[in-house]
Amino acid sequence: MREERVTPGDAGGSGATGFYSAVEETAKALYIGALKDVPADVRAALARAYERERSSVARQLLGIILRNIELADERDTLVCQDTGTPIYYIGMGTGLRVDGARVADALRRGTERATREYPLRSSVCHPVTRENPQTNTGYRIPAIHWEFVPDVDWLEILCIPKGSGSESMSFLKMLPPADGVAGIRRFVLESVVEAGANPCPPCIVGIGVGGSADLCVALAKRASIRPIGTRNPDPHLAALEDDLFAGINTLGIGPQGLGGDTTALAVHIEHAYTHITHNPVAVNMQCWRGLRATARIHADGRAEFGASGSVRHG
Amino acid sequence: MDEIQMTPPLDEAEIRRLRVGDWVSLTGTIFGVRDATLIRIFDKGQRPPVDLRGGVLLHTAPNVRRAGDRYEAVSVGTTTSARMERFTAGLLREHGVRAIIGKGGLLAGSVRAMQEYGGVYLSIVGGAAAWETTHLEEIEAVHWEDLMPECLWQFRFRDLGPLLVSIDSHGESTYARITETARERLSGLIEKGAGGEGAPDRGAPSGGR
Repeated sequence: MREERVTPGDAGGSGATGFYSAVEETAKALYIGALKDVPADVRAALARAYERERSSVARQLLGIILRNIELADERDTLVCQDTGTPIYYIGMGTGLRVDGARVADALRRGTERATREYPLRSSVCHPVTRENPQTNTGYRIPAIHWEFVPDVDWLEILCIPKGSGSESMSFLKMLPPADGVAGIRRFVLESVVEAGANPCPPCIVGIGVGGSADLCVALAKRASIRPIGTRNPDPHLAALEDDLFAGINTLGIGPQGLGGDTTALAVHIEHAYTHITHNPVAVNMQCWRGLRATARIHADGRAEFGASGSVRHG
Repeated sequence: MDEIQMTPPLDEAEIRRLRVGDWVSLTGTIFGVRDATLIRIFDKGQRPPVDLRGGVLLHTAPNVRRAGDRYEAVSVGTTTSARMERFTAGLLREHGVRAIIGKGGLLAGSVRAMQEYGGVYLSIVGGAAAWETTHLEEIEAVHWEDLMPECLWQFRFRDLGPLLVSIDSHGESTYARITETARERLSGLIEKGAGGEGAPDRGAPSGGR
């Protein structure tokens, strides 16, 4: 472990205030950026799906999806209209001495500024009165998840403006241990069929296995935002990822639920140890946009966009 | 691919000619609605300030920019239709709506209403807002602005398509057919088990200590 911790401003730069305004600027840029840019791994998976797809309707729809991504690039505009629920995953380098409350404040301000200055649709409202503050923020929103990264002196921000079509299709079941792997498998397949056309397939299917109820759902979301091509390091779960990916893609739901070979772009599982009495499983999906944007902010306030890896998935 | 060109307002005969699997392209006025708009019409009993007869609706809530006394589109896309399922029959029966553009499909109640009153559901690619916005010519008017962004939007589109007829006025639904197939295949997958693994022993429900 490092002995010293860097306080923003120590290394010159623009001082502590500069660091927090860099967090604010970065949060704003990531929120807008995640809505405009489709990650490279997701683009590649969509292109592969288009090549392999046998249904002519599905090919037509995948063609529109690919054209849409090109248009968003060319016109520097939003991929989808849904500005989502803003969620930030923060990887705090333990070598950096920062005030977490000020970081949270900066994330909120960045979200509000993105909304006002771009301008973005405000998709956030009070759960009972339905009042929309027109800021994409509110009580406990943006949602912020904190993690600590040993031995580094930067802060990483992963921004997920989660679209509602896919988020609405979220599932949790506390299975009994006797249901075993077959029970997990069955619940995931049933959930994908239940979700059907609604989550904007082809999706990245995120699965949480184990933990407590809250942890299991959080793991499913972590799994859904993992880059395509990554695998669960545990061979038991990696095998289940492969099995479910193959199985889901035989269901015939297809792009937009209108039939075809491509229902999932990927299946990811994140797991945790669990209580001896249960076998929890959760499903949380990303739509075909697979949206995510990351940046790393150094103590001097310098931001590097696109850097990722420190925010642990699992 | 040949698309059937249509210009709203649409009459029943035009709608009845459409069949599941046809591709359609629309030019003209299309009204944007979603949850809050429909709740106001049906649950709060307010008359829409525009005539929706023969109209085409789009399930949406766009990103817009204020430009003087008008709005310019930033991004207009499509939202999940299933949330608005319970409003379909009323829209067709009481307001004369002929077509709904959405994503994710509608359910059995809407399929029946479309058959009875002469309506169609047209699937657009959800999430493809950049593409959809390129077909938008103008935001003609915004009604019920206090519901922002869930106002009653009056858009003018040009060649909005290809849109897939996925629920027609003859009781056919692509979504119902695909779901049925998926359920059959799901049963097969569950019976087969992973890598030949059989069904587990039946377990008691979780809930012990």
